[in-house]
Amino acid sequence: MKQPIYLDNNATTPLDPRVLEAMLPYFTEKFGNAASRNHAFGWVAEEGVDYAREQVAKLIGCTEKEIIFTSGATEADNLAIKGVFEMYKEKGNHIITAVTEHKAVLDTCKHLEKNGARVTYLGVKEDGLIDLAELEAAMTPETILVSIMYGNNEIGVIQPVKEISAIAHKHGALFMTDATQAVGKIPVDVNADGIDLMAFSAHKMYGPKGVGALYVRRKGPRVKVTAQMDGGGHERGMRSGTLNVPGIVGLGKACELCRLEMESETIRLSALRDKLESTLNKMEESYVNGNTQHRLPHVANISFKYVEGEGLMMAMSDLAVSSGSACTSASLEPSYVLKSLGLSDDLAHSSIRFGLGRFTTEAEIDQAIAVTEKAVNHLRELSPLWEMFKEGIDLSKIEWAEH
Amino acid sequence: MAYSEKVIDHYNNPRNVGTLNKDSKFVGTGLVGAPECGDVMRLQIEVGEDNVITDAKFKTFGCGSAIASSSLATEWLKGKTIDEALAIDNMDIVEELALPPVKIHCSVLAEDAIKSAINDYRVKNGLEAIALEKSHH
Repeated sequence: MKQPIYLDNNATTPLDPRVLEAMLPYFTEKFGNAASRNHAFGWVAEEGVDYAREQVAKLIGCTEKEIIFTSGATEADNLAIKGVFEMYKEKGNHIITAVTEHKAVLDTCKHLEKNGARVTYLGVKEDGLIDLAELEAAMTPETILVSIMYGNNEIGVIQPVKEISAIAHKHGALFMTDATQAVGKIPVDVNADGIDLMAFSAHKMYGPKGVGALYVRRKGPRVKVTAQMDGGGHERGMRSGTLNVPGIVGLGKACELCRLEMESETIRLSALRDKLESTLNKMEESYVNGNTQHRLPHVANISFKYVEGEGLMMAMSDLAVSSGSACTSASLEPSYVLKSLGLSDDLAHSSIRFGLGRFTTEAEIDQAIAVTEKAVNHLRELSPLWEMFKEGIDLSKIEWAEH
Repeated sequence: MAYSEKVIDHYNNPRNVGTLNKDSKFVGTGLVGAPECGDVMRLQIEVGEDNVITDAKFKTFGCGSAIASSSLATEWLKGKTIDEALAIDNMDIVEELALPPVKIHCSVLAEDAIKSAINDYRVKNGLEAIALEKSHH
């Protein structure tokens, strides 16, 4: 079977062969436990981890001691939010986040609400950005944490992180960001951006799955989180558990490659993305979702009105993409991110997310354009809504039988 | 989720796509579902002498299973009498297309579309509409 073209790099990215090469010795001859202080096996493994810590720190502009390795961004989100809530509960119980956050943040906040937290979920504007005035107004003396993502996973919009952290700090709160989609893709500097805690993951930047990190600021202010797992006191007591040495080495190498290649890669990817997006946006009744100025370079989220996303993906089986349509999940509810932009359900159902990556070629983009155009046209031929639209019938005036 | 071969076949080669003259008294039209729910089916039948369905057409906005369910329905409808058509049960469609549980609502919608088209035809021809029992299995 011919492999489809992979355009779902927001879900995960393929492992870069250079990353794999760096990892391999740590599965076999360098198998030691990085916490073994008494013999060479442990020292070699620890050296690998230390080097990776430097590589990670360099990418985000922090010191090595501020990196806590985790199993991924979900764990890092949990550790940051629950850890801050427990550590700072004397100070207050209020957390501010946004409705477009990843479930790892939203569900963690929901969990804390059951344990006495008060959580404000900020809405977003039509372009997917939060309203800074609304954030300012939501701050209270009890606010201990503002958690707003850096770049959105579905639409790629980049939140005004610097401004958000300034507001949080002005009111004495910490600023945490889930930067899973941003780190490695765009310049992220924890000091310039005023970030106190930041979660990210290796597998979104051509590293392995199952490893990520939490940045925890050590100076100005010194931030502490309560550990969420009890054990050997690894990672400065904040995250117990034997270190995933090969994974961590892979994360380090992935960070280094992203740092070295970011500038040229951003230019290349945004040109390909813009070609894909502007061509498809020329089709009748197609709409680009989210802010197009403040956006990650490799994401395009487009709704093709009057066709349904899952049906569309089936016609695009030569492409591996994802849809905001209900049918892709068991819930039958379309994407909550798209709905929070004020998109009607039918447009949310009609959306396709294209996520380009390091290994995407121009030939693949050309083919993706051709496949998408053909699929959209095919499904519109089948669509009663398209026919009614063409006849000038106002679909909003029809009394649909909700089922 | 993997689709069955039959769903893929109907999806790639949908049968009887098109539009009949909805103003003709021989044509019954059923439009069911809602854009907000991600499924809209329009199914039309043309009825000849002896209450036999001589033609059936569909257009569907929805996922592959919804398209396949309505395509299959038009295939089954042709040549059937109205009474035979009324006997088509959504579970027959589920079985024929091997729909997984999360896609059963597509077959329910197809059954609703058939009944709704028949009722439209009946009302146009001075007959009483048949009460639609919501067939949620």
